[in-house]
Amino acid sequence: MSALTLLRVALQVVSRNKMRAALTVLGIVIGVGAVIAMVGLGKGASSRIQNQIASLGSNLLIIMPGAIQSGGVRSAAGSASTLTMSDIEAILREVPTVAEVAPTNRTPAQVVSGDANWSTLVVGSTPAFFTVREWEVARGAVHTDTDELSAAKVCVIGKTVQANLFGGLDPIGQTVRIKKVPFRVIGALASKGQSAMGSDQDDTIVVPFATFAQRLGGGQRNLVMSAFASARSADDANKAVAEVSTLLRQRHRIGEGDEDDFSIRNFQDVAKASEEVMRVLSLLLGSIASVSLLVGGIGIMNIMLVSVTERTREIGIRMAVGARPWDILMQFLVEAIVLSGIGGVLGVGMGYVASRVLANVMEWPTVFDVESATLAFAVSAAIGVIFGLYPARRASKLDPVEALRFE
Amino acid sequence: MAERNTNVPVIEAVDLRKVYDLGPTRVEALRGVSFQIARGAFVAIVGASGSGKSTLMNLIGLLDRPSAGALRIDGVDVSRLDAEDRAYVRNLKVGFVFQGFNLLGRSTAIENVELPLIYAGVGGFERRRRARESLARVGLGDRQHHMPNQLSGGQQQRVAIARALVNRPSLLLADEPTGNLDSQTSQEILELFQALNVDEGISVVMVTHEHDVASVAARVLTFRDGQLLHDGPPPADWEPAIPRRARQEAA
Repeated sequence: MSALTLLRVALQVVSRNKMRAALTVLGIVIGVGAVIAMVGLGKGASSRIQNQIASLGSNLLIIMPGAIQSGGVRSAAGSASTLTMSDIEAILREVPTVAEVAPTNRTPAQVVSGDANWSTLVVGSTPAFFTVREWEVARGAVHTDTDELSAAKVCVIGKTVQANLFGGLDPIGQTVRIKKVPFRVIGALASKGQSAMGSDQDDTIVVPFATFAQRLGGGQRNLVMSAFASARSADDANKAVAEVSTLLRQRHRIGEGDEDDFSIRNFQDVAKASEEVMRVLSLLLGSIASVSLLVGGIGIMNIMLVSVTERTREIGIRMAVGARPWDILMQFLVEAIVLSGIGGVLGVGMGYVASRVLANVMEWPTVFDVESATLAFAVSAAIGVIFGLYPARRASKLDPVEALRFE
Repeated sequence: MAERNTNVPVIEAVDLRKVYDLGPTRVEALRGVSFQIARGAFVAIVGASGSGKSTLMNLIGLLDRPSAGALRIDGVDVSRLDAEDRAYVRNLKVGFVFQGFNLLGRSTAIENVELPLIYAGVGGFERRRRARESLARVGLGDRQHHMPNQLSGGQQQRVAIARALVNRPSLLLADEPTGNLDSQTSQEILELFQALNVDEGISVVMVTHEHDVASVAARVLTFRDGQLLHDGPPPADWEPAIPRRARQEAA
């Protein structure tokens, strides 16, 4: 029996029992659809995290003073004041793979403008902060090196602060009081959204580093709470980490074998870690969805077994006119594959629609890609083979005499 | 066909036995049966139910395997063949006609006739042509696309005969072919068998329990209790359902 004839016969049989075929196929449709939607959801989450990490600034390194250790008790990273302005200058001077470094200090503070007030995070940093973080202003401008030298009382405000202090009004040129010190608003930052850790990056005010030290930081001009650095390229990021580390160890006179008194976080590593988390999540969602695919497969096996019993006489007739066991096996197997294949095609369609609907309803980006659609379809066809094989074998092993006698 | 050596009997049974092992009881359906059926013969097998005639038909038709003894179809010992090879012989050498017609109810007449050709691996166009030819031969050229339930019993049996003939088998096996038909239609079917046998030289073996049907054949094998009781021309007092017509042997 040629492949074409097999397919034609199978389609004929399937179309005879439309209702039954539809219900059988439905199991596979739901299974494949669920897998595609779940994988899409996982991949969507993964791409969202990647975007968020990219929003921190690409090639970003964060350098923080290390934990001090006293009597075996370790404090949190950043608790020691071991990073200084001269370290920052040295990095910029001596590490060629680092393009820019922005030292930052920060403090939570109550900011007041007119009769509005808002509690936010005030960051003191150099103009490099905006380039390293790849953060642009929506209106106005960021502070300049001149502002830095003169410790000007100017600030650039984040979107959330702007909304809470000024509502819809133009903030440029307005005055805000931070810890009772008046600052002139010279720029409004574009929105950056949530950070990878879930905090609102727009809830912030940036002032010149020098001004922060003089007016808000208690006069510790030389100490740095953290520094953002940018590597010259993504490929340089790991090299930059190593070089900065070597330099800081030298400068801090840390002996061989002793622990660093600083830490450097490379956001590519963070990105990789989150991607790994999302990959596991996708896998988990996918495997849960696969269970429904399995149930769909069992549905096919069930209906094929019924079909074999019902058509015992037909099998007998076919055998009497010369069908070999192999022909009978193939006939039922192809029928099962046709059922699961149709289910696969419809399931891919349903998965596509479901990912779209999920994306809208849950406001969660979903990714529908050809790769997982193809895979899901191949799996559904394989399910036809796996779950069709047993009923088909049973059909092919029927005794022709018995089968012909079957009423 | 060249391979059909006319000297070789189309069926040769030697001490053929069939035992059904039903757990505690053993049923001996055939207890050592030997006979030969020559090419081009028209033979009737008669006997009461339980005489072993159906078992014999299943063995000759390669639907079942003998427990002991030899069975040669067209000179080939088929008693030791596996399921695949039996299907092959069944497909090419034996044409089946059943009492209950055994057509596929959801396929048209011509699709039913095409069935053996599908398993013989005959391509679509040739298949359709030969099926059409075979249907025309049994007088149903104008009923190709009817479903079995749109045909009368006689017409359904003709479709079954067309199906049995389509692969040009050496042997036509009919199991109570007129059992479900009225006497008028039975006569038409018997005339068709007779024509196929006399005019086209196809060997016909027919199981029946009706004397008038059996006596259309030139030779009657009578079975009782799994043994061949009598072998010879039909008794003189059996009135054939249609006038007997002997085959003109080529000189």
